[in-house]
Amino acid sequence: MTVEKRTMNCITCPMGCEMTVTIDDGIVINVEGNSCLRGKKYAEVEVTAPKRMLTSTVKIKGGILPLLPVVSQAPLPKEKILACARELRKISVEAPIVLGQVICGNILGLGVNVIAARSMKQEEQKV
Amino acid sequence: MQELTYDIVIIGGGPAGLSAAYSAYKNGADDILIIERDFELGGILQQCIHNGFGLHHFKEELTGPGYAQRCLELIANKPEITTMVDTMVLDISTEKKVLAVSPKEGLMKITGKTIILTMGCRERTRGAIRIPGERPAGVFTAGAAQRMVNMVGYLPGHKIVILGSGDIGLIMARRMSLEGCQVQAVLEICPFSNGLTRNIVQCLQDYDIPLLLAHTITKIHGKDRVTGITVAKVDAKMQPIAGTEFDIECDTLLLSVGLIPENELSRGLHLEMHPLTNGPIVDQHRTTSMSGVYAAGNVVHVHDLVDFVSEEAEIAGKFAALEVKGKLHNDLRKIKVKTGEGIRTCVPQILDIPPEGEAVKLFMRVGAPERKVKLEILSAGKVIQNKILPVAKPSEMIAVDISAENTKLMGSELIVRLSRGV
Repeated sequence: MTVEKRTMNCITCPMGCEMTVTIDDGIVINVEGNSCLRGKKYAEVEVTAPKRMLTSTVKIKGGILPLLPVVSQAPLPKEKILACARELRKISVEAPIVLGQVICGNILGLGVNVIAARSMKQEEQKV
Repeated sequence: MQELTYDIVIIGGGPAGLSAAYSAYKNGADDILIIERDFELGGILQQCIHNGFGLHHFKEELTGPGYAQRCLELIANKPEITTMVDTMVLDISTEKKVLAVSPKEGLMKITGKTIILTMGCRERTRGAIRIPGERPAGVFTAGAAQRMVNMVGYLPGHKIVILGSGDIGLIMARRMSLEGCQVQAVLEICPFSNGLTRNIVQCLQDYDIPLLLAHTITKIHGKDRVTGITVAKVDAKMQPIAGTEFDIECDTLLLSVGLIPENELSRGLHLEMHPLTNGPIVDQHRTTSMSGVYAAGNVVHVHDLVDFVSEEAEIAGKFAALEVKGKLHNDLRKIKVKTGEGIRTCVPQILDIPPEGEAVKLFMRVGAPERKVKLEILSAGKVIQNKILPVAKPSEMIAVDISAENTKLMGSELIVRLSRGV
């Protein structure tokens, strides 16, 4: 059995609490320095299976802009973030799009949808 | 030339302008115009596609475009609010006549009974910080690169160095990594980062991007395109230390070296300006030195959260609406807010307090990072309020609420300062 102490900053909110986390055999047994319960929860997830939100863009045809911003509906495994970003680069959608519309369902089979971060109107046809 | 008249003319359709318009509408104004120079409303939020916005204002975590869309939905389909896009304001006269131009409408003279300035801020450029070396292509401000990558569909380069570790620099380090670029390093002249800790973790550490504190660029290399930079350590006075130089190869340099409130129009109006915030001096209603002219958001002082921009703009919108309706208090006592030890800036700089008192909120920034300090608010030599701060950073605005009761106790001057050794 190995007991390890690790310092980490909580990234849940802009406070960024510096926490000392005690880990026993891969399991968090103590968290110090957090200002709220979210810090403890963050430390537990960060030690076992860290997760991050993903924001990026996809190509859009016929819209007022050539790119549509997108966001993951929930945090994704940290080690899959770059692969997911690569996956989004392959996608192209057509305007119009509404905020919250699913752009990539169940990305890489991770059980999380990537959705439109804004609505995008069609470009007005030039006469 | 078209001549138009509105009760409230708002200059700038970013989060401040949109929030001011909605608040003015909620407070009874029914003749409001927003003028925006871009092709759509929303301002800089439209290119800030990352999340983390809105936790205070909308009680929900939103992306930049998501926050903008929320603001837009609040003012949509309201005959009381007119919007003009693709419209540039060229000048505002002291008679509150706004000279604006658009490709569709040509020149317009728009008279506002009141005017709200919400022009936001601009980035400092290479010229502002005088980096020596060649003048090749490939040097961008972080915000210009952000617009290219997130809205226009260009990648500014492949091998990137970022100068400045404020939040925009950190966010762009992650963004370029997600687009498959190699971010070589983020350099910071200060011995501390000016960005949020959460951004250092999720934008740099997650992507193994080195952060070099107390380092700056002493030379940019490359004839047609950037080929690299020379970096040196700096001493306590931020001067490069001879002998510490080394080169980093890159094809692109992004600058995230500070923001300046955009006040050409304010200066044209001869508004009283503050030398440290670079914005107009305002009272707690966000009235400037000229009656009937209000200012809010990053044009007054650069904020770290858009949520506080909205909050400030709602105050300006409300009081502009009250002025139009003739409901402003006219028996106000002027109190000057001065900054003392440790405090660099405080907004508002003036309080205009009615006899019954009025609750106000002060927004302050410290000059340097501090630990375990007490923020003190003094009037006539007496501390009327204090607040213990475990940590204070220049990059994080400190907000303090003062009760109406306490404002009645104030003399003609207020001092905000830090007391150390708590």
